[in-house]
Amino acid sequence: MLSTKLATAAKQIRYYTLKELRELGFGHFGGSLSIVEALAVIYGKHLNIDAQWANDPNRGYFVLSKGHGGPALYATLFLKGFYSEDVLYTLNQNGTTLPSHPDRNLTPGVEMTCGSLGQGISAATGIAYGNKLAGRNNYTYCIVGDGELNEGQCWEAFQFASHHKLENLIVLIDDNKKQLDGPTKEIIDPLDFVEKLTAFGFDTVKVDGSSVDAIDKAIENAKENNGKPQAIVLDTIKGQGVKYIEEKADNHHMRPNEEDWKAINQAIEELEKELEGVLTV
Amino acid sequence: MTFILEKAEKEMRQAYAETIYHLAKQDPDVIVMEADLSSAMSTGSLKDKLPNQYVNIGIMEANMMSLAAGLNVTGRKPFIHSFGQFLTRRAFDQLFVSLAYAQLSAVLVGSDAGVTAEHNGGTHMTFEDMGLMRLVPKAHVYEASDPTQLAYLLEKGYKEGGVHYIRTIRKSPVKLYDEQTNFEKAQVLREGTDVTLVASGMMVAEALKAADLLAKEGIEAEVIDMFYIKPLDSETLLRSVRKTGKVVTAENHNVISGLGSAVSECLAENYPAPVRRVGVREQFGQVGVTPYLQEFYGLTAENIAKEAGNLVNK
Repeated sequence: MLSTKLATAAKQIRYYTLKELRELGFGHFGGSLSIVEALAVIYGKHLNIDAQWANDPNRGYFVLSKGHGGPALYATLFLKGFYSEDVLYTLNQNGTTLPSHPDRNLTPGVEMTCGSLGQGISAATGIAYGNKLAGRNNYTYCIVGDGELNEGQCWEAFQFASHHKLENLIVLIDDNKKQLDGPTKEIIDPLDFVEKLTAFGFDTVKVDGSSVDAIDKAIENAKENNGKPQAIVLDTIKGQGVKYIEEKADNHHMRPNEEDWKAINQAIEELEKELEGVLTV
Repeated sequence: MTFILEKAEKEMRQAYAETIYHLAKQDPDVIVMEADLSSAMSTGSLKDKLPNQYVNIGIMEANMMSLAAGLNVTGRKPFIHSFGQFLTRRAFDQLFVSLAYAQLSAVLVGSDAGVTAEHNGGTHMTFEDMGLMRLVPKAHVYEASDPTQLAYLLEKGYKEGGVHYIRTIRKSPVKLYDEQTNFEKAQVLREGTDVTLVASGMMVAEALKAADLLAKEGIEAEVIDMFYIKPLDSETLLRSVRKTGKVVTAENHNVISGLGSAVSECLAENYPAPVRRVGVREQFGQVGVTPYLQEFYGLTAENIAKEAGNLVNK
């Protein structure tokens, strides 16, 4: 069953994301974990990409505009066969091909260099526009952060996508309700993303961002072209899937203490058990 | 040799529009991008002539830079125009990260160089754009002085790939070159033995006039149109300075970080020689017509000649 397959993919991505960050010893736990289910659905079903035809111009494109979610993307690309497991554990080490923010010139499978927030969504819009001009029948997926949407550039990109009717662009907003310094509502209230994106000319839905089924269904619906760009607001939890991290107030960038490590190690062990027989990479 | 300075038949913006139209006709991957300054740059007519190869983004330069990067990922080759300050000051992080750091390609044309922004005034007047662009690793930086040269630089940037920034005025420069000119090197427009005048853009004409003024005092100035700001054409520069031993630079730009800096850095490392820099010093722009502003900031033949005379007679 597909949903079982995607749910397993999510567990795999979460497992390797945690192991990768454990190897480094610190990093962007919260915002990496909240996009795991979305990555599982995009790469597990919709993107139609693997290491073998990564240069096919008709491929689907994925841009992680919230670049600090890099560790989750790297775990996903490893699972898709872009590099071996030992590469995964070089995250942020000197001379690595996996810098904390994705770099198209360093990491196989990364389409666009992101990290300076707001720029990835513009680039993804450019990719979708370029593909539309070329008459290609593919989709561009872009995950933007809820905090990232503070950046005015995102809203410039949305205006462009809407004006040019980029129905081949599917934007997923990781609404985990927290940014670096705290709750988005306290720092700069985002108001209602569905209302805002709708007002900008997108077809917009809000779904449970921890449910692979809900995300999959939303993407399927988004592909019913109606001449509008598509937005899916993912109702997520920062640190999603690891209860201990979910409950930690300050989980954007963590330098775990002893107690934290105990909980993280336990989460890794539990995932390992659940994935017994699957982790045969 | 005295240069007869006449207006070029073509405005720089016409040369821009014609050249990119020609390139776009040859290559369907070329895409022309504007941010609501099409009518200022004579590219408005391209909208109908180049369907699918022209896009007016609207007033969003930051988005334009990153969007161009995305277009280049899909194989498109962007030509991006705006006033210089909007490309560099306003969208610097976008051009730095999305284009340059990501190792993508675009030809950026920043118009209304320096004082030629005239009545748009201080907000629109950039004396920093070449300096900012020189700081971008691997970016090529040019200041065009003539329509024929601009056409050459546009095609060069398009062919080479990477980030190329061409600074230009929009309207009529003086005519300096004919179609046969070989632009692979900076141009020595007048030979002399006493001092080298190194200029770019609209200041090339001022340097030529300064050389005439100096000749009346018995000083023979060599004049170089140094349109290769980065990489600097150090070969042409050093060959001249080994002969003259003295340099005056002239730019419609801040003396910090632009042509004067580039020339000084090159000489300090390779052939130390006294340098005087004519350009803008610690000042912002303001409204005014070009001749008034040239006087105000000292961007004149007389000022170049004065600096050169002082240097030679020291």
